[in-house]
Amino acid sequence: MQTSDIVASKDRTTQAERLSTRRLRYTVRVILRDPLALFGVFVIVALIILALFGPSIAPYPEQGRGRTNVPDRFAPPSDQYWLGADQLGRDILSRIIIGTSIAVRVPAIVVSLAVLIGAPLGALAGYFGGWVDQLIMRVTDLFLAFPSLLLAVAIVAALGPGLANAMLAITISWWPWYTRLVRGVTISLRERYFVEAARSIGVPDGIVILRHILPNCVTPILVQATIDFGTVILAASSLAFIGLGTQPPDPDWGLMVSQGRSFILDQWWISTFPGMAIFVGVLAFNLLGDTLRDILDPRQYR
Amino acid sequence: MLAKLDYILKRLVMSLFVLLGLSVITFTLARVVPANMAALYIGPRARAEQVEELTRKMGLDRPLYVQYFYYLRDALQGDLGNSIATKRPVVQEITTRLPASLELLAVGMSIAAVMGIILGVLSARLQNSPLDVLVRILSLVGVSLPAFWLALLLQIIFYRQLGWLPITGRIDTTLRFTAPIQHVTGIYLLDSLVTRNWVAFKDVVWHIILPAVTLAAYPTGLVARMTRATMLEVLSQDYIRTAHAYGVKDWFITGVYALKNALGPTLTVIGLSLAYALTGTFYVELIFNWPGLGIFTTHSLLKADYPAIMGVTLFAAVGYVLINLVVDLLQAWIDPRISLE
Repeated sequence: MQTSDIVASKDRTTQAERLSTRRLRYTVRVILRDPLALFGVFVIVALIILALFGPSIAPYPEQGRGRTNVPDRFAPPSDQYWLGADQLGRDILSRIIIGTSIAVRVPAIVVSLAVLIGAPLGALAGYFGGWVDQLIMRVTDLFLAFPSLLLAVAIVAALGPGLANAMLAITISWWPWYTRLVRGVTISLRERYFVEAARSIGVPDGIVILRHILPNCVTPILVQATIDFGTVILAASSLAFIGLGTQPPDPDWGLMVSQGRSFILDQWWISTFPGMAIFVGVLAFNLLGDTLRDILDPRQYR
Repeated sequence: MLAKLDYILKRLVMSLFVLLGLSVITFTLARVVPANMAALYIGPRARAEQVEELTRKMGLDRPLYVQYFYYLRDALQGDLGNSIATKRPVVQEITTRLPASLELLAVGMSIAAVMGIILGVLSARLQNSPLDVLVRILSLVGVSLPAFWLALLLQIIFYRQLGWLPITGRIDTTLRFTAPIQHVTGIYLLDSLVTRNWVAFKDVVWHIILPAVTLAAYPTGLVARMTRATMLEVLSQDYIRTAHAYGVKDWFITGVYALKNALGPTLTVIGLSLAYALTGTFYVELIFNWPGLGIFTTHSLLKADYPAIMGVTLFAAVGYVLINLVVDLLQAWIDPRISLE
């Protein structure tokens, strides 16, 4: 490497920063022009608002949290109960709205944990290579050899049902994806001038990883996390559906579908609407993630 | 050729280690995490000395590595322990239910492969057309639908509203007397076909449509996306342009020249989406009351039947690893570039 390159590399960082704001603006513009992605953003914003202010938006917040109202059991959709009432007479719309906070909180926690565990391991593996890489990646491969949801089911089964255990189980089966992703990015970054420059002037490895490698992994991680947000909503509600996740009377969408299952032929609304909430929520993250991936394409690092 | 053999050998050895690792994980989940297995076996009214005796008999008082050794030895000999709920060997429970699940998986994955490839090819040929956008939406919808909800919706629509298809089960129970299926493989579609039992065959087809379609939704989306992406890549290559210049028919170029080279990655995705389909069967079988492995597992989950759950988990994971191994080997066989990577 020539000295001019090293000098230029400092320059390039600021240039890269400028580039990233330009890229951000470009990303926003593309999303605004893509009706599907825009729909995704709209739903996600709505979910966040409902998760934060649900109790003041829901028509019957008490029923939403689980208070029964037996006289109105199986009430069909009407002016009073827009989406009908369930087998215990609770307003389904309120249950869905109050349930948003669980639906959003679970993937937020799971994906954050998966990134916090997976990303540093991936950076270490990619940066140091050799036996460190071998060790980390073989363990990763092992977890990836299981179908993710199957592993999660097995883990919750062993730990015992419950929301906390379900989140732990999903996290355990999810982190390896981030390790693999970040490792790929790190390997391509390691050869870049700014990393080589930092190392050649004696910056300790830990600082190089923290300041130069990981910040550059943020974009691909964000894309993956957006898609995973939806996938984790799906996984968590699937666990709740078979009784391994959220326990009654908490309003979990998957659990609500499961509870309405026995009544689908006569009181179809009990299962249908909570299921629709899951579907629309997951679809929103997939639509946004798909567009982001087209723009930012993390696959180029893999 | 030697490089290819080398690749295949490496892939085989790697799978062996992965399988060993899988057994460590299921061992941990089956034997280490749950507290007091022996008490679980005997039931809620277990006496202390009974528990102690069974603990000794099951070897639960030995060091973990010894326990693991026995676990692995038994598993290799086809012994995954006994189910707590039914007291029968887990392997026996698995093998009696396997044909039903395999039948569902095979039909579902075939639908996914055929539909996915057709949609993907059309989408790539008509890039940016309304059809392309529609396929994009459909495939994203496919991967966003909760299987259990889709299953219920299909039941409401096709059974309750239209009355076209049966709501649950694998075959009409009255057929057991009027046109019984002779047991050949345990896969009803095959059995009724080879014994020319057309009445039963039609009924089996009728019963499998809804569960198979539910199972296919997710993999169809994945396969369509992958086929589209690789087709676009292949269609932009020189040899395709050359074929066009020679005046080869358009459909022939797309359907034969291009598709042949796009099938590799598609095959991989089909292998990988089995991961979803395997767990998907749990839900589909539960809701359509399909007498397979999935329904056995979900019932075991509710009873905390650890040996059964972990047995199925190990079995499914091993199956998944082996299928992906076969897919990789097939690819290496077909595609000369793979060993060079």
